[in-house]
Amino acid sequence: MTRKRRRLIVLLTCGLGLGTAAALTLSAFSDTLELFVPPSKIATDAPRGGRNFRLGGLVEAGSVERVSVAGQPGARFRVSDGAMAVSVEYVGILPDLFREGQGVVTLGSLRPDGVFRAQEVLAKHDENYMSKDVADALKATGQWRPEKGAPPAAALWNSKPQKAGS
Amino acid sequence: MIAELGHFGLALAVAFAIAQGILPLWGAHRGQARLMQTAPALALGQMIALGVSFLCLVLASVADDFSVLNIAENSHSLKPLLYKITGAWGSHEGSILFWCLILAICGGLVALFGGPLPASLRARVIGVLGLTACGFEMFALLESNPFARIWPPPLDGRDMNPLLQDPGLAFHPPILYFGYVGMAVPFAFAVAALLEGRIDAAWGRWVRPWTLAAWSALTGGIALGSWWAYYELGWGGFWFWDPVENASLLPWLVATALLHSAIVVEKREALKTWTVLLAIGAFAFSLSGTFLVRSGILNSVHSFANDPARGVFILGLLALVIGGSLLLYAIRAPKLGASGLFAPVSREGGIVLNNILLCSIAAVVVTGTLYPLLADLLLGQKISVGPPFFEATVLPLACPVFFAMAVGPFLSWKRAHLGPALIKLWWVAIVALVVGLVASMGMHAVPAIAMGGAAWMMLGALADLVERVRLFRVSLGNSVSRLLGLPLSSFGAMLGHFGLGMSVAGIAYMSLAAQTVVLLHPGEHAQVAGYDVKLVELHDAKGSNYNARVATLDITLDGRPVVTLSPERRAFTTQAMTTTEAKIHTNLLRDLYMVLGEERDGGAVLRLHHNPLAPWIWLGALVMALGAGCSLADRRLRIAAPTRAAAKAARA
Repeated sequence: MTRKRRRLIVLLTCGLGLGTAAALTLSAFSDTLELFVPPSKIATDAPRGGRNFRLGGLVEAGSVERVSVAGQPGARFRVSDGAMAVSVEYVGILPDLFREGQGVVTLGSLRPDGVFRAQEVLAKHDENYMSKDVADALKATGQWRPEKGAPPAAALWNSKPQKAGS
Repeated sequence: MIAELGHFGLALAVAFAIAQGILPLWGAHRGQARLMQTAPALALGQMIALGVSFLCLVLASVADDFSVLNIAENSHSLKPLLYKITGAWGSHEGSILFWCLILAICGGLVALFGGPLPASLRARVIGVLGLTACGFEMFALLESNPFARIWPPPLDGRDMNPLLQDPGLAFHPPILYFGYVGMAVPFAFAVAALLEGRIDAAWGRWVRPWTLAAWSALTGGIALGSWWAYYELGWGGFWFWDPVENASLLPWLVATALLHSAIVVEKREALKTWTVLLAIGAFAFSLSGTFLVRSGILNSVHSFANDPARGVFILGLLALVIGGSLLLYAIRAPKLGASGLFAPVSREGGIVLNNILLCSIAAVVVTGTLYPLLADLLLGQKISVGPPFFEATVLPLACPVFFAMAVGPFLSWKRAHLGPALIKLWWVAIVALVVGLVASMGMHAVPAIAMGGAAWMMLGALADLVERVRLFRVSLGNSVSRLLGLPLSSFGAMLGHFGLGMSVAGIAYMSLAAQTVVLLHPGEHAQVAGYDVKLVELHDAKGSNYNARVATLDITLDGRPVVTLSPERRAFTTQAMTTTEAKIHTNLLRDLYMVLGEERDGGAVLRLHHNPLAPWIWLGALVMALGAGCSLADRRLRIAAPTRAAAKAARA
């Protein structure tokens, strides 16, 4: 076996390995990426047909109901970015840092009746943390201007859209 | 006063590191022996200065010196002593100091045990370590000083994140950091070899023990972190494909490739330039793993200490270290010379396949980890890449690795034939097929294939041993004496492969985990996977810095009592935080995993898990780390033993 031939075989194997990796990545990208959608964009951007996406915003104050969903203990609450609010249903134990008026990201899919069925509710380890996606969504609806300090208290933005520039 | 002493120690270490990064390298370049000989003393000096500095941080933390900002923010007078000590590396500033300390210890160890190395190689290795250390110690000194004071000092500290107050996490960072930072030594050897323009088998013999030690620590650290996530976070999962976890997996994948290709350099003097590239890659991923996450560039559920302002310094440092070494590689690698020949089907060929596949997996994981960042920056899209992506891409690439793992050790060096190797594995193949078929009745296709693969790997590793001792072909006593005569390193490879098989089996079986969420009032029952769980009562308990609510659960199987578990919910007073303390009962074949949720209408919401074979995930990692330890203990690899023996022979 010549040096050249050996090098060719190694290169071909390398190409095969990386090619497979690239093909797998692309095919997985087309069906496993999870889009982040804030409540106000849910009508236009949310994927339909039971595909999973992430819904994030602030938990609307006073909206959390501890209920039983399909015989199992769970919760219903509304996630809002100030402009719109979406009802979310979740079976299981809410994370320790889940609070009304605080940022939350949920992973799940939209049911035909417009209720978001969450499979996972994510909250950060740190109580002051707000997911960057949620923070951006709040800025986009004009609910929070970072130059004016911390995000507004829940009671202020809860379903009362602020005027632009205020 | 203690804090100032620590601060001084850190500054002194930076001075040592600067000298260590310049003098020996210059000396090696100009061939001046006196400059080269400064290397060990400087490395030891740096190690001692940093050791004193870190000790001061621990002492200040134990003494509750809240005029030190870092301690005021992360400690509390009521915090248990253990966490006051471990808190020294739990905070951002402390962890960077600790990182530097380990790097200095690595330099010190090379200085202590590097006597038999050629003088110029030793000087260069220590010099490269000094340059690297210099950058990160400057960062600690200038940007994240752990000894900064505040005035006026607060009356009490803000306390540590309660999730971190856990014995498992107390020892997770040191082990993981030894893994991360240990990769700096093969890296320094690689850069030194590029500077020297020479690589030989002795180089491979030197790099391998360091890689083995770091790899073993990295494996242990990842497993410990995953185990901590499993029992402390209370989600019942053990791996979330979160950026922090991926950041530790990437150096592990590349280091695994390095571990194997270094054998080829040592035994056959082939794959030299490739091994150098892997050594650079492993350390590059270690660095980015530690610092990308800590700098807040990657968003993660696990990162605790984030500060984007520090990101720029870190990014510059990363670019300098990684870019500089890759540039050097591009210029100097062609000089390292041609390597030995081998046929595609041979032990070397198998290792090349292992390296290609491991690097492909690493490439896929990098893509998945960085894609959300790129999509946000370039396309303005908010996208998450979750576990489904990684499962869909990593599994198909891992399957050929699993297959090849059992076959590789049966191939001979230089030229081999697949046929005889496969024939030796016939009984393994049959058992693996049966396991896979039986599993496919109870499981989905993918876990069933993984179960078959796990059986193939574990038995394949055993088959290697069976073959070596010629079991059933010679008398049993003969086999036993052959077993005792085997070098430890052959157990190392066997244990490494066997351990991975165990982990894969555990992960595959976890897909059968049963989980149920129930609302129980005291006296009521619930069922999970055949076990009967009875909520006996709920009561309050008090810890040193928290108040807890405890549920007592009696668990029975077919009327026979199994265990009483008492999961808790802890409310920490100073941090206004609640944590769930899951309680686990294990018999090494399954875990019963109980979590207490909130209480409503006089009852408690409980999440009950039955996780079959879950302990194997971490046991497997332990076996892998032990395997690396076995290889390290082998006489042939004991540091520079051949050189020392040769030196003795020369003297006599």
